[in-house]
Amino acid sequence: MGRLFDFMLPEAKSPTADSTDALFHFINEVSLVLLLGITIAIIYFAVKYRRRSKDDKTPVITHNNALEVTWSVIPLMLTLVIFWWGYTGWLNLRAVPDDAYEVKVTGFKWAWNFEYENGAVSPNELHVPAGRPIKLVMISRDVLHSFYVPEYRVKHDVIPNRYTYVWFEAEEPGESQVYCTEYCGTSHSMMLAKVIVHEPEEFNTWLATANIPGSGTPVEQGKALVETNACQSCHSLDGSDLIGPSFKGIWGREELMSDGTTITVDENYIRESILNPGAKIVDGYQNQMASYQGLLDDDQIDAIIEYLKTLE
Amino acid sequence: MATAEATTKTLKVQRFKPSENPTNTYLTDEKGVWAWMTTVDHKKIGIMYLVAVAFFFALGGFLAIALRTKLLTGASIDFIDADAYNQLFTLHGAIMVFFVLVPSIPAALGNFIMPMQLGAKDVAFPRLNLASFYIYVVGAIFTFIALALNGLDTGWTFYTPYSTESGSSVIWVTTGVFILGFSSILTGTNFITTIHKLRAPGITWSKLPLNIWALYATSVIQVLATPVLAITLLLLIMERWLGIGIFDPAMGGDPVLFQHFFWFYSHPAVYIMIVPGFGIISEVISTFSKKTVFGYWAIALSSLAIAFIGFLVWGHHMFTSGQSAVATTVFSFLTFLVGIPTGIKIFNWVATLYKGSIKMDTPMLYVFIFLFLFSIGGFTGIMLGTLSVNIHLHDTYYVVAHFHYVMMGGTLIALLAGLHYWWPKMTGKMYNERLGKVSAVLIFIGFNVTFLPQFVMGSQGMPRRYYNYIDQFAPFHQTSTIGSYILGVGFLIMLYYLLHSLFRGEKAPANPWGSRALEWQATSPPDFHNFGHTPVVIHGPYDYHQPMEEFQLGIAVDTNGHGKDTHVEPDDPELDKWKNYSLG
Amino acid sequence: MANHSSTHPAHVQHHFVDSEQQFDSAKMGMWVFIVNEVLFFGGLFCAYIVFRTWYPDLFTQAATQLDTFWGAVNTVVLIGSSLTVAMAIRSAQKNQQRGLEINLLITIALACVFLVIKYFEYSHKIHIGILPGAENYTFEGIDHPLAHVFFGIYYIMTGVHGLHVIVGIGLMLWIYFRARKGEFGSEYYTPVEITGLYWHLVDLIWIFLFPLLYLIE
Repeated sequence: MGRLFDFMLPEAKSPTADSTDALFHFINEVSLVLLLGITIAIIYFAVKYRRRSKDDKTPVITHNNALEVTWSVIPLMLTLVIFWWGYTGWLNLRAVPDDAYEVKVTGFKWAWNFEYENGAVSPNELHVPAGRPIKLVMISRDVLHSFYVPEYRVKHDVIPNRYTYVWFEAEEPGESQVYCTEYCGTSHSMMLAKVIVHEPEEFNTWLATANIPGSGTPVEQGKALVETNACQSCHSLDGSDLIGPSFKGIWGREELMSDGTTITVDENYIRESILNPGAKIVDGYQNQMASYQGLLDDDQIDAIIEYLKTLE
Repeated sequence: MATAEATTKTLKVQRFKPSENPTNTYLTDEKGVWAWMTTVDHKKIGIMYLVAVAFFFALGGFLAIALRTKLLTGASIDFIDADAYNQLFTLHGAIMVFFVLVPSIPAALGNFIMPMQLGAKDVAFPRLNLASFYIYVVGAIFTFIALALNGLDTGWTFYTPYSTESGSSVIWVTTGVFILGFSSILTGTNFITTIHKLRAPGITWSKLPLNIWALYATSVIQVLATPVLAITLLLLIMERWLGIGIFDPAMGGDPVLFQHFFWFYSHPAVYIMIVPGFGIISEVISTFSKKTVFGYWAIALSSLAIAFIGFLVWGHHMFTSGQSAVATTVFSFLTFLVGIPTGIKIFNWVATLYKGSIKMDTPMLYVFIFLFLFSIGGFTGIMLGTLSVNIHLHDTYYVVAHFHYVMMGGTLIALLAGLHYWWPKMTGKMYNERLGKVSAVLIFIGFNVTFLPQFVMGSQGMPRRYYNYIDQFAPFHQTSTIGSYILGVGFLIMLYYLLHSLFRGEKAPANPWGSRALEWQATSPPDFHNFGHTPVVIHGPYDYHQPMEEFQLGIAVDTNGHGKDTHVEPDDPELDKWKNYSLG
Repeated sequence: MANHSSTHPAHVQHHFVDSEQQFDSAKMGMWVFIVNEVLFFGGLFCAYIVFRTWYPDLFTQAATQLDTFWGAVNTVVLIGSSLTVAMAIRSAQKNQQRGLEINLLITIALACVFLVIKYFEYSHKIHIGILPGAENYTFEGIDHPLAHVFFGIYYIMTGVHGLHVIVGIGLMLWIYFRARKGEFGSEYYTPVEITGLYWHLVDLIWIFLFPLLYLIE
């Protein structure tokens, strides 16, 4: 709406963003006026009262209580207004409307999983209907993460030992960027996701066809498991070199190990690498992967192996 | 005991004009490396700190340049991979905070100047002072061992549970910082005692230089907050080593509790870094305006107010962390309150300029730069203290820019003001004034080019500690990197002319700026005992309406530096008769 | 003392004007250091309070494994040592060389008794599998999943305190040997006084630790 600092903020796409933005602009404008005032005063004094001779005499002005009170009380008033404004805006960010649609969010190194009411799971893509409040109930599987969507002006840490939540309401269909904003290690900056906002009808259609874990052929299940566990954030599918060896063409490949032996990738090697990743490390890589013992069962590991066989 | 006899004694006060050509200074006394390393002289210890801090600043600055260079592109590059980048920003932060900003002003400049401003021969516990320095060195060695092993990739905040499971040398660094903390605690203890017990005759609390008030407030925070950091790091070390289950959720602990513990120190630590800067600003602005400081008590007491309220605002680092709603509200409210005394200081400094006799030498130029940059740091702090806006800006580049405006635009610029101001006193040499101004202007421009774009990209949503970024942010990152190069050039010029002045600089007069403050009534560089006499003070340090002679009074001492007369209490009524005395 | 003119006693360091200023400074420095120590342990007490609020059952159950009798004996031992260190200071002030030495020796002996008792307490726990840390803890007598957390706090609090006792013994040995050389008397007893202050602090912290850890019902 033509405010001076509009260029600083991304587009606002949730109703709660309006109050935040208005306050952001207000603080910026007040600060600018004060900053200009201080700067002009300094420059004016520096020029007007520049030293003319070594023997300049200056008046003895020790203090002025009226001035001290003025420049204490006016900023105090201003900050109290700002506090109250920010506080009420924040209360709205914390008060979830009753009819909110709930999605469960799991953050882990280094991806997001979104789980819906019918059991469907979508990795790194949060699908929501437009025009309805959405509540995200979030937990971390390992270290701290933080769920942040700039266009909704919402953010909250995702922690391992308790559930936290955020809510927003996407007004129009479209896409928004999700970031992880709590530092979480090597691929922190790749822990991105998208919010995809559908028309309500379209969302229901999407939900009905979305992947529900444990359904489909073993290869489809394996593909879904690789995606929901974000394996590809370290093991590329296109042959590029990331944190671990690429999955492309992995089946039957001969790999040189860090201890000098050579291994042909088969079922047992893959199984061992999932359950006990540190046992055999391919030469040139670090031992960085966490064990999936207890997170993946035998059937799931079989499905992943079936899927990896197809990546030639 | 003293008061009963005070009425019967007379003080033999006379004028001591500082010699312009001292033959015997602290630099000519006790020469050689071994003498320096074992010295208990606060001036030499201050210089050793200064060298160490400068070394770490260069190292931290180099890391900053390296990581800004990586950020010219948002894509992955081979030369600096994601893990190397994570180490770069972690070490940049840890080194700059723990090894540069915390000790910079109090331990380096403060050590040199504080006893002189009090008219004392040394700090209260000179051996402890030397021990503090070596504790700092040992802490540094631990950190270097960590670098030689696996480095550190947790961010300087060591958040659990990442820090309990990271593959890097967390225990080495935390042990190093733990040890370093004791250096800070002992320095604080030393300073508090010195300020209470070692003031020269006549220096009552109302005649203390504002630099001393600021160092006093800083020392109080150091003594009260640093032990909590020590215990936090100890618990973290135990957590990582044994898994005691206090901070790591996998063992039954709570990561949010760690954040509370950590910020209980680390927020007051921000004031440990900035408050001594306030002291320097007050000194310099008065000297270069040739005018008494406006609102002496407002500035002095606001330092203490900041020290006090600063202990109650740590939770504003945790608005999105999952702490309780009540805590969040209260912390936000108190955060605004701590802004007020800071604002009061700025207004009082600006008012000091009114009707002054302003000389724009390099130290004063830095004060003006400080006032501008630190104001921006303050305003953006208000922005971040605001609950709803904080939710959007937390952990983005906006925060990065904010604390660089406060820590670098504030503390570091104040340090540079103080360094240039006291350089002639410390070294006995004048630096090249023109190059000083060129470098100050380059640093000002480079700083703003580096950090102003970060406010914008932070508001746009760019998270901090990101190795890769999406294309939208490329122009901001690239501008910022260019700014950091300008900054680098500014600092190189400074390094050149300061080194040049050491070897080829003109000899400095005792009081090149015409200051009334006590440290300028000693020779440049000072005598081993600071003054050849026991100074007697009858005017405030900013009383520019009084003649210079009356700031050079003292009581003669014997050749060992011991008082020939008596122990005079700072508020001895005998001193009153000197107040209207004029010397021919 | 204010008029003791240019003769400067050997114990006064060069930067002090007189003995009184040196004594005041040393004492104040020690008090400031004690404030710092209180905050250091304050952090630990905070962790204790937080976990006790979260898991009150854990604390009542786990505390049964601590031996109240020997804890109480140690409390008496430390209080006794605080008394003897106070008597040592008094002896120094009154120029009683022998009293000073004997009282210091008794204090050191009591501090050692404390450590010996603590050693037996620790070794019993370690023997039955109460070790600090989730992985090392193997004791099964407490039916609580977080039993190791209580003992983690117990070991750190008593361990850090024990470290202070050891430092105290070192300090008092140093004072004792200086006392034997006749360095202290009514003119100069600053090191005795400030070491005593430190020792009272160590004692005081134990007086808080004992009920908080051993006497939970």
